[in-house]
Amino acid sequence: MTNTFIHSRRDLLKGGALVVGFSLTSGVPGVLAQAAGQTAAAAKPVALTEVDTFLVIDAKGAVTVYSGKVDLGTGVKTALTQIVADELDVAFNTVAIVQGDTATTPDQGPTFGSLSIQIGGMQIRNAAALARAALIEEAAKRLNAKPEELTIENGVISGKTQKVGFGQLIGGKTFNLKVDHAKPPKWKDAKDFKIVGKSIPRLDIPDKVTGKFTYMHDVRVPGMLHGRVVRPPAIGAKLESVDEASIKAIPGIVKIVREGNFLGVVAQSEWGAIKAANQLKATWSKWEGLPEQAKLYEHVRASKIAKDEPGATNVGNTKEAMDKEGSKKLRATYDFAIHTHGSIGPSCAIAEFKDGKLTSWSASQMTHHLQKQLARMLALPVENVRCIYVEGSGCYGRNGHEDAAADAALLAKAVGKPVRVQWSRADEHGWDPKGPPTLIDMRAAMDGANVTAWESEFFIPQQTPNMFFVPLVAATLSGLPADETISPGNIFQNSAIPYKFANINTINHRLETTPLRPSWIRTPGRMQNTYANECFMDELAAAAGEDPVAFRRRVIDPADKRGLEVLDRVAALAKWENRASPKRGDSGDVVTGRGVSYCKYELVRTYIAVVAEVEVRKTTGEIRVTRFYVAHDCGQIINPDGLKNQIEGNVIQTVSRTLIEELKFSRSAVTSVDWVSYPILTFPQVPQIVMELIDRPSEKPWGAGEPSAAVVPSAISNAVFDATGVRLRSVPYTPEKVKAAMRGSA
Amino acid sequence: MAVSKSLNVNGKQTQLTIDDPDMPLLYALRDNLALHGPRFGCGLGQCGACTVHVDGKAVRSCVTPLSTLKAASKVVTLEGLGTPQKPHPLQKAFIDEQAVQCGYCINGMIMEAAAFLAANKGKKPSETEIKQALANNLCRCGTHARIVRAIQRV
Repeated sequence: MTNTFIHSRRDLLKGGALVVGFSLTSGVPGVLAQAAGQTAAAAKPVALTEVDTFLVIDAKGAVTVYSGKVDLGTGVKTALTQIVADELDVAFNTVAIVQGDTATTPDQGPTFGSLSIQIGGMQIRNAAALARAALIEEAAKRLNAKPEELTIENGVISGKTQKVGFGQLIGGKTFNLKVDHAKPPKWKDAKDFKIVGKSIPRLDIPDKVTGKFTYMHDVRVPGMLHGRVVRPPAIGAKLESVDEASIKAIPGIVKIVREGNFLGVVAQSEWGAIKAANQLKATWSKWEGLPEQAKLYEHVRASKIAKDEPGATNVGNTKEAMDKEGSKKLRATYDFAIHTHGSIGPSCAIAEFKDGKLTSWSASQMTHHLQKQLARMLALPVENVRCIYVEGSGCYGRNGHEDAAADAALLAKAVGKPVRVQWSRADEHGWDPKGPPTLIDMRAAMDGANVTAWESEFFIPQQTPNMFFVPLVAATLSGLPADETISPGNIFQNSAIPYKFANINTINHRLETTPLRPSWIRTPGRMQNTYANECFMDELAAAAGEDPVAFRRRVIDPADKRGLEVLDRVAALAKWENRASPKRGDSGDVVTGRGVSYCKYELVRTYIAVVAEVEVRKTTGEIRVTRFYVAHDCGQIINPDGLKNQIEGNVIQTVSRTLIEELKFSRSAVTSVDWVSYPILTFPQVPQIVMELIDRPSEKPWGAGEPSAAVVPSAISNAVFDATGVRLRSVPYTPEKVKAAMRGSA
Repeated sequence: MAVSKSLNVNGKQTQLTIDDPDMPLLYALRDNLALHGPRFGCGLGQCGACTVHVDGKAVRSCVTPLSTLKAASKVVTLEGLGTPQKPHPLQKAFIDEQAVQCGYCINGMIMEAAAFLAANKGKKPSETEIKQALANNLCRCGTHARIVRAIQRV
């Protein structure tokens, strides 16, 4: 019998497919065993256009999914498994996932931007749908039946009398089928889903709560040494001298590695490396290139503009409307502090050189990008660098993983042995890239309750077009080739508004630079921009003397029914009382209020509306967020409980960012270097969260990793206004700022 | 100079060879004994990710020098509480409540809560008391609400 789509793996090898040599000693812990298992599949393609890139089915019918998107601790691995199991009609527990290995998984783009399900998951779903159709076609031939007479259950295709399993049909062979993601195949009907849409318990949790799980931080490679970096005390300081004798007394020191201003130590033991890094004496030049923190926003406003970009919804002529006599004019300036990612586990990576080839293990959210960056830094051909993802501590954007990987690569190269680099808490807080400071000017004109003009100016750093390469610290310090890019992410998103006004003019002033190396942190730009937009909307509603929900409803495009629905649902959920803000009439020291906020993510996808309830203690300026109501529509929900977990996380993390977090720095360096100097929200401060998920099984699934975070800072500010009549326009809303605002209004 | 140190970990007496008697317990557990439960988070005793039990009390292993431990001190890690097949009631509660996001802090949450519940045996702690008991354990993903609910299940 000839197969149209099934080729043996041997044929593929004959065709000259890439075979990656990768040897591992036995007895290594879980994750390396997984990597060893990947060797068997190393002949598989990695192009986005091949079904075999995404799926391998063995002779027993077990499915291995190859995903370029990785689980950063959000449960995506479980959700992707559900998608594949359902689309293929195989049992959930027969599907395994390999993530983020440049040798075996496709480059589906970094795991950022709330795209793992929306883009990555749908590419995998496309492959699964095509594979399923091909398996049916093949089974029809084998069983001498018509395809429509066949049924599939748990990876077994049944005709009237005979059955054949996926393993018998395809095991050990390839599909050799093309997949065009621009023209996706037909997916299963919503009514046929058995696994998608269910709160399947997460695959990783039993191991994580019993200490069985292997995080990046737990990986050990045979012959591995321990490295630590010694960062300069000032960001731009030059290394003048190193006193090698200063760590002579520490046993097991292998090498002090110095390259330009990059300094590191390698030792036999981890504790030895830590002591050596702490005790190594070095002298550095002075450097004071950072602006004065107290004048940060003056600095931002005065920064050179690289280019101005108009907002996507600009319309009409705001100048005329703003100049019109007799109309009410409002203006306000908002700012949003520099934040650090603050993963609980500092970045960690291992690097090993063998025969001129580099293998790098890290928790990078973008191993395919990292592969190119490491190759550039070390002047290696890209194909001689393999980056393997191993799950680390929660990752909320481009933090220090890639930098730790570069540190490990430099140290491993210097000593000729595998080196593990574990960043200290101070390395992480001090040297991971930051969410840049944001400054926003808002202006509006109103005739009565009608907004006649909306003007907004966003002062945000530029993004090198399509180059999401955050320069590696090790490359910059060492003087080796570094990326000449600036990459805060697509932080212009959601500067344009989801409301219909006659005249709108949004300008994004893309600044040439920003004080600290920028990158993206959960909901980059969308959070800051939505914060200003939704706070200012609230200011306009108050000026109109109108209820803030009703005011928004009036100016959302009536055709945008899903937007209107989330607003209505959250209002019902929160038992929203229709009235204008502020509430007034509360006496006593503690006053309460409620605030609403709404967002259509990037103006094209996930809809969220929230209501925050707060208590403000007037004498101390303390804000307590007591409750958050969330209505959330991200289309088809893959795993409702996983989605809830993510939304709860977004709300709590963003309450922390909004009330507490602000990165501090001197003229030389970051001074927020631990959890005392950069506190985050603790258990007693956590709000209650009440949510309603709107599931639309027949719609596409949209991203949910970030959107619900976008609305949190504005909802809190609006609630504080409702409680106190005072506007907070500077994140974080510290007690000092609250008290100052109240003094100003008194 | 390498010295020998006797430690009782998860019910087993083990001999370690270490360079520095003041090395924190965390590195002995992770590097010498290859345990994954206790985690490095800050090395400063601020976040709680490294929490283990010493004689039933929750301690921060990243700031506990080995020299302070006696050979008879009973060290218990997350692995010593239970396994995926036979989880401790608290571990089971965390699974049932799906009270994990990245899970990096969860070792500390479970170990701190287990010591707290053991010290309050027979009592049903309130939500506020649980939050107070965990006030010095940090979670960055925002899993707090689920963690509290999981502890309330036990």
